[in-house]
Amino acid sequence: MTNLVEIRDLKIEAKSDAGRIIEIIRGVSFDIAEGEIVALIGESGSGKTTIALSLMGYARSGCRISGGSVTLAGKDMVTLSERARAKVRGTEVSYVPQSAAAAFNPAQTIMEQVIEITRIHDLMPPAQAEARAVDLFKALSLPNAETIGSRYPHQVSGGQLQRLSAAMALIADPKLVIFDEPTTALDVTTQIEVLRAFKSVMKKSAIAGIYVSHDLAVVAQIADRIVVLKGGEIQEIGTTEQILKAPAHAYTRELLAAFEPKHYARPLAETVASPKPPLLEVLDITAGYGPIQVDGLPLMKALKSVSFRLEAGRNLGVIGESGCGKSTLARVIAGILPQAKGDIIFDGRQMAQTAAARQKEELRKLQMVFQFADTALNPSKSIGDILGRPLSFYHGMNARAREARIGQLLDMVRLPSTVRHRRAAELSGGQKQRVNLARALAADPKLILCDEITSALDTVVAAAILDLLKELQRELGLSYMFISHDLSTVRAICDEVIVMYQGEKVEDMPTGLDQGPQHPYSKLLFSSVPKLDPGWLDGLEQDPELVRAFAKR
Amino acid sequence: MVRSFFSLRAAGYRFNLVGLIGFCLVAGWAIVALSAPLIIPYPIGEIVDYDYFGPISGQFWLGSDYLGRDILSRILMGARYTVGISLLAVMISCSVGVTLGMTAAVIGGWLDTLLSRFLDALNSIPSKLFGLVVVAGIGSSIPVLVCTLAVIYTPGAYRFARALSVNINTMDFVTVSRARGEGTFFLIRSEILPNIIGPVLADLGLRFVFIVLLLSGLSFLGLGVQPPNADWGALVRENIGGLPFGAPAVMFPSIAIASLTIGVNLLIDNLPQKIRDRSQ
Amino acid sequence: MNRHVLNLVLARLMIAVITLLIVSFTVFAATVLLPGDVVEVLLGQAATPEAVAGLRAAMHLDDPAIWRFIQWLGGIFTGDFGISYANNMPVADLIGPRLANSLKLAGITTLVSVPVALTLGITAAMWRGSWFDRSVTILSIGIVSVPEFMVATSAVLVFAVYLKWLPALSFANEIHTFGQLLRVYAMPVITLSFVISAQMIRMTRAAVIDTLNTPYVEMALLKGASRKRLVLKHALPNALGPIVNAVALSLSYLLGGVIIVETIFNYPGVAKLMVDAVSTRDLPLIQTCAMLFCIVYLFLITTADIIAILSNPRLR
Repeated sequence: MTNLVEIRDLKIEAKSDAGRIIEIIRGVSFDIAEGEIVALIGESGSGKTTIALSLMGYARSGCRISGGSVTLAGKDMVTLSERARAKVRGTEVSYVPQSAAAAFNPAQTIMEQVIEITRIHDLMPPAQAEARAVDLFKALSLPNAETIGSRYPHQVSGGQLQRLSAAMALIADPKLVIFDEPTTALDVTTQIEVLRAFKSVMKKSAIAGIYVSHDLAVVAQIADRIVVLKGGEIQEIGTTEQILKAPAHAYTRELLAAFEPKHYARPLAETVASPKPPLLEVLDITAGYGPIQVDGLPLMKALKSVSFRLEAGRNLGVIGESGCGKSTLARVIAGILPQAKGDIIFDGRQMAQTAAARQKEELRKLQMVFQFADTALNPSKSIGDILGRPLSFYHGMNARAREARIGQLLDMVRLPSTVRHRRAAELSGGQKQRVNLARALAADPKLILCDEITSALDTVVAAAILDLLKELQRELGLSYMFISHDLSTVRAICDEVIVMYQGEKVEDMPTGLDQGPQHPYSKLLFSSVPKLDPGWLDGLEQDPELVRAFAKR
Repeated sequence: MVRSFFSLRAAGYRFNLVGLIGFCLVAGWAIVALSAPLIIPYPIGEIVDYDYFGPISGQFWLGSDYLGRDILSRILMGARYTVGISLLAVMISCSVGVTLGMTAAVIGGWLDTLLSRFLDALNSIPSKLFGLVVVAGIGSSIPVLVCTLAVIYTPGAYRFARALSVNINTMDFVTVSRARGEGTFFLIRSEILPNIIGPVLADLGLRFVFIVLLLSGLSFLGLGVQPPNADWGALVRENIGGLPFGAPAVMFPSIAIASLTIGVNLLIDNLPQKIRDRSQ
Repeated sequence: MNRHVLNLVLARLMIAVITLLIVSFTVFAATVLLPGDVVEVLLGQAATPEAVAGLRAAMHLDDPAIWRFIQWLGGIFTGDFGISYANNMPVADLIGPRLANSLKLAGITTLVSVPVALTLGITAAMWRGSWFDRSVTILSIGIVSVPEFMVATSAVLVFAVYLKWLPALSFANEIHTFGQLLRVYAMPVITLSFVISAQMIRMTRAAVIDTLNTPYVEMALLKGASRKRLVLKHALPNALGPIVNAVALSLSYLLGGVIIVETIFNYPGVAKLMVDAVSTRDLPLIQTCAMLFCIVYLFLITTADIIAILSNPRLR
């Protein structure tokens, strides 16, 4: 078997902010055979994209290939001149970016950019290239294949752009295509179609591929072999089958374990019989953005008559894809966005529309934690100051009491006490999210609104945060309203679930996810979540009617 | 100063040579402005040279002016006017502009629209022209100059601070504070200001340069600092008659201005940076 | 052009009109409402109270300020700019020929500096970090941070005093040959070009570098595109808005520069007229000149914004 790609002892250096040189890829070696698809799996900072880009002889600014060789079809991309590299790019190896929306030039039509490679390398007459592009559009099951090329990038959807960027990569029949997290930014119902299109095109043309991803389940559908990376080093290489079924390395096992978080077991055996007054009751909420219309409702309605109730000590999951209004719901409850219509009753009291109009005590009992840990912490304050403010604001604590309480709070979220003197930028993503939780806990709340709090984290870190949430609940008797697009995290922590679609609550699942979805959209959504089974995508059958009705493809 | 340089480095700051040169120029002129009466070699009003537009000599280091006065002494004293007026004006314009900018960003709504529209309109009067019009209307005196320069550069400071604050204002940590129930003053002082102070100080430096240039320009036109006082722009104007002979009296006040403005530019482009190494 | 774009353009024009109103009020207020009485200026300190009162009445100075403002504004927009205090001539007659001179100076400067500055700015961005880029950047920072009169006096020292190539002063009224034209305009044009080019180079360079850092330019690089193609095909079309803005803003620096340059070279343009009017406190003349400058400035900025709106591909 001849190897198309041979990477030997690849080393890449980067310059840190302080001007220090650090090695971010530390001697990586692996091969790719003709027609084989190899996945690079790893968490953020594992160097997977950096390795993939080195196959094009390219290092992002601040990085430099410092050693080893990357041989592609007999040419060492490391030692090639820039001019010679440019010749190879697009013709022999091509690239499908993570965000096609950003990678398309807004000033040119799609067709111009799809066939640009043939122009740059003078491969074929434009008319022939365009005909080829249309064939590729059809192969990637893009709608209106004949005309979609004449549009501008902002006129087509994200899922379509992602497939168009694959057409752009395939136009010149390369030997190797690099897929750089090509479905990460997409909703699951969209992701399926894109994955299917990629898979069928790659199979048909027998092109080799590198598939960079953090998502094992996605990779399982498309890759022949998997390379597991951590901190710029290879942990394990194996066939997809072997990695999933019989992982050899401890880190791989950790990744697999984190993929399916432990199922939520209720801490207390509850007697559901006695109906308690609800902790939170949301009645017929309508809210949105834009100018107020004649009927008193905003132009863009993000929430349409949503109602639900949550009992004390229980956890509610809110599930939906981007744009379904789940974050808006949290913002309305927290008083950040005033609702146009409807009532919020929390702990037996009617809540005012805005936080400014609510009483301190009402605000205290209801806290919110945000998705992006880095933007939720003021970068110019120390962690101690950040945690101290709610203590003095809600509880009027003096400096001494604050210091003691900050120590307890950090202990609760399993952070060392010394963290209080540091700033957010000096912490890792998981640590920052713990500080965010500690800030919410500082208020002694009854309910915490968690808006996608694990979505921006690596799977292993996210699993640890979920465990922490459960522990805190046991100790403090909190309730969570847990907003997420990810079924497995919701399954891990929630007693009951509501499913949202385009601003409406489409399904209420009072006993959690196990009861199985009834509403057609929920069915589609649930069936679209990739499973750790290489045969899942091929075996999946979805009702085309449903897909047409609900998926934003 | 050398000591502070090392202590900065010890505290984890990186300082480079160009920034150091800038700092020396700025600090040097600040010292001159403070101590000018003590260090001038000749009284500024006294005619000390028999020759007018005298050349550089051991006796008159930078030559003499159109009346035979010592140029070095006049430049050293001129620093008081150029640096003093500009510094005062930039302090006023930046404190007013930044306060308004942060308030507009945090409160938003009609206040923001109204302020932005009005200050943008003020900004669309060319600065030199604004100065000319005010001087024509009320005459030129040092308080008028300070106020006029401050008014001219307030819209720019406002715009800059507002743009930064609007960005910070959309951050989740500000939303967290709002949802906690914090008031406008806390938001501005504790959440916004600490996060824009760095760029605002750099902008203050740039605005200081603009003000020095405008003040010099106005004085050069005879509309700035009035005789017998003279800032650097006025010194160039007084001695412009020496230009055809290439007299040092014309060039050195200009060089003084350039050394100050370039010094500030070098300093703010190469400010000591706190080294943040997240690789560890 | 679709409706959305049309709406944006109309909104921009509305803003320009509102701005013009605020600007004209500011100019009026600064010259007339602030302390410092015109009548005392005209009659001198020794005037009798009766004479002052009479003149005040004759000049309608006792009318409410807002009424005077409306009358003045109405005059400006109907071409009645008032009578100059200094020499009793209609302001329009004074400004007319001077305006032609100033426009000539501005036009020649624009023709010289825009192509040079854009080329330098774009090429500096293309070869960022090279010695060429560095020297262009240092030179432009140097020129931006010194006063215009220093650029002018240095130009005189170099070209007229040491090299003796050019006359130190301009006289726009005795031109008969092309050579004379060149010699007369050379010094003011060189000075002004330096001043506005420095701005334009810096802003153009920054705009091009911004677009060169975008993911779509990286994508084109990974398609094997040459540097020339990256800049011409991908960066420039998207940097058009910011570049036009840079040109407009830099040309507005012309307005400030021209005040210094016309004074220093004794060039008979509007700016020189205005500076002279300030020393005689000839208010109608000052107001008109100021409005003229503000209108030119607003015109430049508004045009740039509208071009930016029209050139935004996302609005197509």
